[in-house]
Amino acid sequence: MAHRLEKGGRLIDRSQPLGFRFNGRDLEGFEGDTLASALLANDRVLVGRSFKYHRPRGIVASGAEEPNALFGVGAGNRFEPNQRATTTELHAGMEAISQNHWPSLDFDIGAVNAAVASMLPVFSAGFYYKTFMYPRAAWKHVYEPFIRRAAGLGKAPSERDPDSYEHLHAHTDVLVIGGGIAGLAAAREAAASGARVLLVEQTAHWGGRALAEAETRIDGVPAADWATARAAELEADPSVVTRLRTMAAGLYDHGYALLYERVSDHRPGTPGAPRHRLWRVRAKQIVVATGAIERPLTFAGNDTPGVMLAGAVRDYIRLYGVCPGRRAIVYANNDDAYRTALALHEAGAEVVGIVDVRHDAEGALPEMARALQIPIHEGRGIARARGGKRLEGVEIGRLKSGTEIGGAGPAETVDLVAMSGGWSPVVHLYSHCGGKLAWDDTALMFRPHPEAGAPLGPDGEINTRCAGAANGELTSAPCLADARMAGRAAAEAAGFTPGPELPVPAVEEPAEQPVAAHWFTPSRDKYAHGTKHFVDFQNDVTAADVRLAAREGYESVEHTKRYTTLGMATDQGKTSNINGLALLAEALGAPIQKVGTTTFRPPYTPISMGAIAGQAAGPLFKAVRQTPMHGWHAANGADFEPVGDWERPYCYRREGESREAAVRREVLNARGHVGLLDASTLGKIAVKGPDAGVFLDRIYTNMMSTLKPGRCRYGLMCNENGFLFDDGVVVRTGADSFLLHTTSGGSDRVAGHLEEWLQTEWWDLEVYVQNVTDHWAQIAVAGPEARRLIEAAGTDADISADALPFMAFAEGTVAGCPARIFRISFSGELSYEIATPAGHGLALWQALHAAGEAFGAMPYGTEALHVMRAEKGFIMIGDETDGTVTPQDLGLHWAVSKKKDDFLGKRAQSRADLIRPNRKQLVGLSTEDPAEVLPDGAHAVEDIDAPKPMRTIGHVTSSYFSPTLDRSIAMALIERGSERMGETLLFPVGEDKVIRAEVVSPVFYDAAGERQNV
Amino acid sequence: MSDAVSALDGRAAEPRPGLRLAECGLRGQITLRAGDLASSALVGAVEAITGVAVPEALSAGFAGDDRGAVWMAPDELLLFVPHAEVAGAVEMLEGALAGTHHMALDVSHARAVLRLEGADAAETLAKGAPLDFSEAGFPVGRARRTHLGGLAVGIWRRGPEEWELVCFRSFAHHLFAWLETSGVEGAEVGRFGV
Repeated sequence: MAHRLEKGGRLIDRSQPLGFRFNGRDLEGFEGDTLASALLANDRVLVGRSFKYHRPRGIVASGAEEPNALFGVGAGNRFEPNQRATTTELHAGMEAISQNHWPSLDFDIGAVNAAVASMLPVFSAGFYYKTFMYPRAAWKHVYEPFIRRAAGLGKAPSERDPDSYEHLHAHTDVLVIGGGIAGLAAAREAAASGARVLLVEQTAHWGGRALAEAETRIDGVPAADWATARAAELEADPSVVTRLRTMAAGLYDHGYALLYERVSDHRPGTPGAPRHRLWRVRAKQIVVATGAIERPLTFAGNDTPGVMLAGAVRDYIRLYGVCPGRRAIVYANNDDAYRTALALHEAGAEVVGIVDVRHDAEGALPEMARALQIPIHEGRGIARARGGKRLEGVEIGRLKSGTEIGGAGPAETVDLVAMSGGWSPVVHLYSHCGGKLAWDDTALMFRPHPEAGAPLGPDGEINTRCAGAANGELTSAPCLADARMAGRAAAEAAGFTPGPELPVPAVEEPAEQPVAAHWFTPSRDKYAHGTKHFVDFQNDVTAADVRLAAREGYESVEHTKRYTTLGMATDQGKTSNINGLALLAEALGAPIQKVGTTTFRPPYTPISMGAIAGQAAGPLFKAVRQTPMHGWHAANGADFEPVGDWERPYCYRREGESREAAVRREVLNARGHVGLLDASTLGKIAVKGPDAGVFLDRIYTNMMSTLKPGRCRYGLMCNENGFLFDDGVVVRTGADSFLLHTTSGGSDRVAGHLEEWLQTEWWDLEVYVQNVTDHWAQIAVAGPEARRLIEAAGTDADISADALPFMAFAEGTVAGCPARIFRISFSGELSYEIATPAGHGLALWQALHAAGEAFGAMPYGTEALHVMRAEKGFIMIGDETDGTVTPQDLGLHWAVSKKKDDFLGKRAQSRADLIRPNRKQLVGLSTEDPAEVLPDGAHAVEDIDAPKPMRTIGHVTSSYFSPTLDRSIAMALIERGSERMGETLLFPVGEDKVIRAEVVSPVFYDAAGERQNV
Repeated sequence: MSDAVSALDGRAAEPRPGLRLAECGLRGQITLRAGDLASSALVGAVEAITGVAVPEALSAGFAGDDRGAVWMAPDELLLFVPHAEVAGAVEMLEGALAGTHHMALDVSHARAVLRLEGADAAETLAKGAPLDFSEAGFPVGRARRTHLGGLAVGIWRRGPEEWELVCFRSFAHHLFAWLETSGVEGAEVGRFGV
C-alpha cells in the first residue's frame, strides 16, 4: 500500500499539517504536498475512472504529464473541474472530488462499457464512425444521449467565478523556460552578458528533476543543492526576473510567448490577488529548457492503479516522503529506472525485482542495484499486470520476439510497478512556432533539429533554442554543457557580449548504458491482442486500436490521432504520443521518422478561461461609451440598450410603466408637443483643406462641393462595391471646412475609411480629417414646440423659420452654452439639433428640460427615435442595409449624383447585378390586421402552398407599432418591390400562422413633409 | 456662460498605497495637423502657445501642469494650454499658419486626461498595454499611442513615476475603472523587468 514515510521529503514541511477533503472524507497532508502526493500518503490509489471504459485508474505521473488524476477541485463558486492532482498544490481546507463515475468511484455502472467493449467493437478505433451510422433515427434517440452521458470528464461549474484574473505585458532580452539545472545554467550564462533575463518554472520549486536525483552531484554537492544555490543567486541578480508557478503555455511568431502564472491557487481568496496572470512576453531570444517526460511501457493491464512511471515513484519518495507501494517491481528498457529501485530500497519498500527488456543490464546503475541484492530479470517483460481497483501482481515472461512472450514465467505479488520506457524531450514549445524535430534512433527520441527549421525572429534569424534534456541531453554533464551554450548563444543573438566563461560545473553521475527499443510487450491468451495494452490512458486508446487504424489504412499519424483519439485529451498525449506513433510505425513497417509526430499546439497544458479573459470581465468586459448626460439618464428611468459601442436610453420608464407604454408616450409627446433626444453619440468628423469639397464629392454619392457655407445636406457613403455603408448630414462650416455626421456606430469606421483613402489613394489631396465625435454633446429638440422651447431657454441666434430654414446651420449660444444649431430632422417634426462642447452637455440638457417644462417637453429614447423615423420612411443603416444594399434599392436615387465623374461605388452601381430589375427594393407594408406587428426579419413568399424549402422574395427590415397612426407599420426589401404597390404579400411566421400585408409606400406619415417645414 | 466640466470632473483614487490615479480636469487641447512640423511659422507658434519646442517623434514636452506638446503622428501634434486660453491659441495658430494647408482644432472636450503616479504605475500600465515601460524602453519624455485595456490611448511619461494618459472622453470612466481595478492592492506584480 501507498504510505507516508517516517522521514524524508524535500518539499514538505511536516510541522505544517493540512486538512483537506476527498470525496467527502477528511484526510491530512503536509504543507508542500501536491494533491497527488497527499492522496498517495493516504493510500488513495484509485483516483478516477477512465474516459470511455470507466476503468479504475490511479496516479501515473508526478507532473504536468499526468493523464489520470483529474479532479474537481474547490467548492461552490470556486469549483473547477479537470484539475491535475500532480500539479495542484495542497492547501488547508481543499475540497476535491473524483470524476467520471456514477454512482461512486468504487462502484461505477459505466464500467459496463468495458464489458460490452470486450464483446463488440464499441469504442474501438473509429467507433463513432462505425457504430453510430445505422439506423439513422437511432442517432438522435439512442446514440447521442448515450455518448453525451459517457463523454466529458468533469462537470462544468455552475456559479459565477468570484476570482479576478489579469494580463501582464513583459519585455525581455532572453526568456528562459524551465527552472531545472539546464534552465538555471542557461539563465546564468545569459545574465552574465548583461542581458535582461526572464526565467520561469512551472512548479513551485527550482531544480526540476535534480531535486529527486540523489545519485547525481554537481560541484561536489547533491544536484538538488546545486540547483537551489544557483536559483538563489539568480533571484538576487537585478538583471534577472524569476518566476515560479509560471508555465510557458505557447510560443508564437517573433519571440511572443504566453506564460501562465498561478498567482494565488495555492492561497485561494487572497484579497486583491488575481488567481492567474497571463504574461504576454515579447522576448528577443528564447531558451526552452523544459526537460523530458518519461514514457510508459505498453503491456497488458498497464493501466491498473499501482502501475506508475518510475521517475514519478522516486519523486514521491524523495520530494514528498511518500512511498507508493510496499512490494514493488521495476520494469524498464533503460538504466535510469534503476534509480527508482534504489530509491524504493532506500525507502524501505521491498523491491522484488527489476524486469529489464535488455539482455545485458551491466551499467553502473544496474551494478548498484545488484549490490543491494535486487534481482534483475534480463531479457524479460511483464506479460500482464493483475488487479482491479488496485494492483495485485504481475506475470513475468521471457521475451522471445516482438510478438511472443515465453511460457508462464514467475508470478509476483506486488502493489507497485515502476515502469520506464525511456524519456522524450519536451519539444512542445519549440514546435509551436516552427521548430523541426528529428528521430534519434539511438536515444529513441524526437529531438530538436534546427537544421531543418527553427523558430525565427523578425530578422529571420533563429530566436529559440532548446537546452539540456529538452534538447535530448538526458544526463547531467552534457545537459549542463548544452544549456550553458544555449544561454550564451541567446545572449549573443540578443545583442549582448557573453561574459567570461563561467567555470564548468563538475558532474559526478553514474554512467548509463543505451536504452533499448521496446514499444510493445507481448502477452498471452485473450490479452495477446493488445486490447488491454493502454497507450493513451486518458482517452482509453490501446495498442490494438492503433494497429486497427493502421490495418484500415490510416497511414498519416494525424489521421490516426483523429480516428483513434490518441493524444486528443486534456493531456494532449504527453505520455502517449511517442508510444502511439512508434506502434503505428511498427504496424505500417515504416521508420518512426517517416511517420512523424502530430502537430504540437498551444497551450502546453490547459490554462484557465479566466486567464485568457484577463481583466475583461464584469464591468470591464467591454469598454462602453457614455455621453456627458449618461448620469442624468440613469437617474431618470433610462432603460439602456447598446448602440455601437455606446450605451443609450432605449426609453425612459416612469414608475409602473412598461417599455411599450413608455415608447408610445414619448412618440406621442414629441409629435404633439416636444421631445428631447440625447444625440451625442452621432459620429462627427471635421474635414478641412483646400481640397475638402473634391474629397467629399468622391466619398459621398451626392454632390457636396456645391453646398453653401451655413447649409446642411443629407449624404450617402458607399464602398467600392456600390453598397451603402453609412449616411448622415454634412454641414459646410466654412469655405474649406465641413462637419460630417455619421451613424452612432459608424464614427470610427468612417473616420478610418476617410483616412485610408487619403493616405493610400488620394495622398495628393490637401485635406485633413479629425474625428471630433466626443468633443460635442448633441441634443435634438423635436416637435411643434421646439422653436418656442429653445427661445425660452434663451439663445442669441435667430432661429426663426426665415433666418434658419430647414437644412440650415447657425452658431451662437443656447441657455448660456456655446452652441451650433442645425435645423435638421430625423423625426419629421420641426427639429433642431444643438451641439455644445461636451463639458457643457449636461448643463444644456438640464436647461432645455427646465425651459421645456412649460411646453410639455419629455426626453425620448432610441426606440421612439426609430418609430418616428420609420413612420417617415427614413432608412436606418443596419436595418434597411446589410452590406448588400445599394441606395437605388432603397429608392434613394435622388441622393446619387448623375453629374459627378466619379465617386466611390459609382462604377459598381452600373454593373449588371446592381441594375437588374428583380433586385430587392424597399417598400412599406401595411398588415391587414392593423394590430398585428410583423416580426423583424419575417420572410415574404408568393405561394404559400409551395413545397418546402419555399422560395422567399424578401424580408421585413423594420417593423413597429406606430402610436401616431395607431396601427402597425413595416418596411421590407422585396423583389421588384417598386412594381408591387397594392399587392398582398404572405409572411409565414411559424406554426401555421401567416400574416398578410399590403405593399405600400414606405412613407407612412406626412408624405409632403409639412411638419418639419414650419 | 455655463461652467464646463471634464469627463470625470477631477475624480481621484488611490487603488493601493502609493499608487495615485486622478482625472486631470479640463485642459485646453488642440489637435494641430500640418505637413511640416518643422516649419518656422509652426515652431514659433507652438512654442509661443505651449512654452515648449515642437517635440521630436515619440516624445512629449511640458512647461507646467497643463502646458505642453505631444507628438502624435508625423503630421500631428497635440497641444496643451490652460483651458481658458484655448480659443485664443487656436486663433493664434490659424494666424501663424494662414496660407498653408493645416488644421488647428479645439478638441478640449474630445479627450480625457488621466494621471497615474507611483512606483507601481508602470506595472499597472503593463497590465494593459503591450509596451516596454522600463526606464530604457520608455524614458521620461517618451510618448506613445497604443491600446490599453481595449482602448486607444496616448501615454507619456512625465517623470520617473509620473504618467499621463489620454483617451476619448466617452471612454474615460472605463479607463479610470480599468486602472483602478488593475492597480488594486494585492495585485502587485513585483519585479518583472521595468
